[in-house]
Amino acid sequence: MSEPILQVKKLNKYFKTKRGLLHAVDGVSFDLEFGKTLGVVGESGCGKSTLGRTIIRLLEPTGGEIYFEGKDITKLKGKALINFRKNIQMVFQDPFSSLDPRMSVGQIIAEPINLHKLAKDKEDVERRTLELMDTVGLAQRWYGSYPHQLDGGRRQRIGIARALALKPKMIICDEPVSALDVSIQAQILNLLKELQETRNISYLFITHDLSVVYNFSDDIAVMYLGKLVEKAPAEELFRNPIHPYTKALLSAIPVPDINKKRQRIILEGEVFSPINLPDECRFRARCNLRFDMCAKHEPELKEVEPNHFVACWANN
Amino acid sequence: MVKEKLVLEINDLVVNYETDNGTVHAVNGINLKLKQKQSVGIVGETGAGKTTTALAILNLIPQPTGIIKNGTIIVDGKNMLTISESDLRMMRGKGVSMIFQDPMTALNPVFTIGEQIAESVRIHEGVSNKDAMQRAIEMLEIVGIDKDRAYDYPHQLSGGMKQRVVIAIALACQAKLLIADEPTTALDVTIQAQVLELIRSYREKYDTAMILITHDLGIVAETCDEVAVMYAGVIVEYGTLEDIFNRTKHPYTEGLFNSLPNIIERRSKLTPIPGMVLDPTILPDGCVFADRCSYVIDTCRTTFQKDIAVSDTHIVRCSRYQEPGFNIKRMIA
Ligand SMILES: Nc1ncnc2c1ncn2[C@@H]1O[C@H](COP(=O)(O)OP(=O)(O)OP(=O)(O)O)[C@@H](O)[C@H]1O
Ligand SMILES: Nc1ncnc2c1ncn2[C@@H]1O[C@H](COP(=O)(O)OP(=O)(O)OP(=O)(O)O)[C@@H](O)[C@H]1O
Ligand SMILES: [Mg+2]
Ligand SMILES: [Mg+2]
Repeated sequence: MSEPILQVKKLNKYFKTKRGLLHAVDGVSFDLEFGKTLGVVGESGCGKSTLGRTIIRLLEPTGGEIYFEGKDITKLKGKALINFRKNIQMVFQDPFSSLDPRMSVGQIIAEPINLHKLAKDKEDVERRTLELMDTVGLAQRWYGSYPHQLDGGRRQRIGIARALALKPKMIICDEPVSALDVSIQAQILNLLKELQETRNISYLFITHDLSVVYNFSDDIAVMYLGKLVEKAPAEELFRNPIHPYTKALLSAIPVPDINKKRQRIILEGEVFSPINLPDECRFRARCNLRFDMCAKHEPELKEVEPNHFVACWANN
Repeated sequence: MVKEKLVLEINDLVVNYETDNGTVHAVNGINLKLKQKQSVGIVGETGAGKTTTALAILNLIPQPTGIIKNGTIIVDGKNMLTISESDLRMMRGKGVSMIFQDPMTALNPVFTIGEQIAESVRIHEGVSNKDAMQRAIEMLEIVGIDKDRAYDYPHQLSGGMKQRVVIAIALACQAKLLIADEPTTALDVTIQAQVLELIRSYREKYDTAMILITHDLGIVAETCDEVAVMYAGVIVEYGTLEDIFNRTKHPYTEGLFNSLPNIIERRSKLTPIPGMVLDPTILPDGCVFADRCSYVIDTCRTTFQKDIAVSDTHIVRCSRYQEPGFNIKRMIA
């Protein structure tokens, strides 16, 4: 098997708060293969965005290691960090707040080209910018427009064009289609898929939309309070979910069909605070399976079937 | 027969935005009626005018670019477009409460989230600061946020947590009509289910009617009684859940269903509606969807589209239904 493009080992990101250390990402490990997509799903506030931001080193990791193409990038600084960032880009949920409202579409897309001095001269910048607009399906007439004059779908295309400007090998997409209507969502997802097919881009795809992640990802990782609780190939995860949280998550997907009523697993009990977490299963209070071990130790992520990993005492 | 009291009545609403690039025709003649307790889902393309419609109900169209060109909006018997500024302030909250689409613009970065919810409680219930804070903490717990978080500032919360704070603020008002503009886009499905359940029990308690703006047809199926499908500033199809989901008529509605990724059959490519939405500064003579429609015939581009009543509850704005036997594929298959 080839070397993965990204390896994350026991990654931690803690935030200092008035009440103590908040464990936003807590011992997360996974590999992402070249040209593949790993979907990351999980409860709001479970640390998905923090995970993405820490991998791309927008946030300093508190502990653990990140390898990109086999190279340890956990502690890169200065110029080395800037150079590394060319390889891995981020696309955000809300294209509006992530785009500078005073810059025109052309300026926004050209910014990374200028920043990294990739172009020979002004004409070259413009040529590359228009080429990128073409790649993501943005008509040239928007070149001089400002973000607020565009709809959400077109704004997301700007975000993608900008991310592509440096020809990255990997893109972290943080809820890239959550703000879009379904038809434009389908267009953007198809665009990302095409880019993957033509440029072999790898994606870390953060979303809470399970129908999207099911169709888009090769593997899916389920996160709960800073930890991965399950990881499996998409088809396998949907057909054979094992962790009780994953089961609840899948059962809660609203289906656009009024003729099918589904049985929903309602999660009760309190969510543990991510501050001062005890050494026990962090899903325990909301779980319907309770074993002695659950209160004694935190379960580790174990391979229970080929490529199917679960952190649950019930399966250990 | 006694006429049932309407909570909301919108008649022929037209809203434009005057921009440097020309006049944006955001809403072009919308009619909508809502009875007590009723909930209607508004779905449709980005830029279709959903948020603009919602803002018009609150008489909050951004000035000076936004102009309500025509129409009346009656909420609980009061004309929102003509009442005094002080009546309007009272109506925003007690009459209509809105969960805004973008939680970041709705929250103030310099106040803690507890203070912001308490503020809303204070305004609407006239209670003391201390009681308001106590209520704020309760509201936080109701939306599933740990009470310790009351002293956090917005930037310390995740996207979905901010969205829930905005919901807590809106629900502090006990209004006759709740407008929820994409209230759960940033939430995972389990919390989304909790929030929708919360909104449901709140509506039951206060007999609140609701307009739910969403892209998620699954949520519509679970929470709404009726559905308005909007495209380019007009409602192209309106009906009960049964009408829209099981007796779909408009080609655009069909396109929406076809675009959805599903969890039954995994596909690497999805089927979006071909083409792009109209330039909103152009108001076509014929059908707004003609350029992207797979059923288009020449006359669609030139004839003004009228509402065609399919049944007492179901309206479609597609002139092809004047031809005997015409139907879309979704309904033939
Ligand atoms: N700058 C910060 N300071 C303190 N706490 C933070 C900060 N950023 C995030 N957090 C906390 O870290 C945890 C994880 O947040 P994160 O934004 O990564 O969640 P998420 O999974 O992306 O959630 P969502 O689905 O709602 O976007 C949350 O408890 C959040 O409040
Ligand atoms: N303040 C504004 N100034 C100028 N044009 C605006 C303004 N607000 C909205 N528009 C334009 O009015 C039209 C309708 O926008 P609106 O926000 O109502 O759509 P929407 O259906 O809510 O879309 P979305 O699903 O993206 O939220 C769009 O063409 C939009 O670009
Ligand atoms: Mg996030
Ligand atoms: Mg909107």
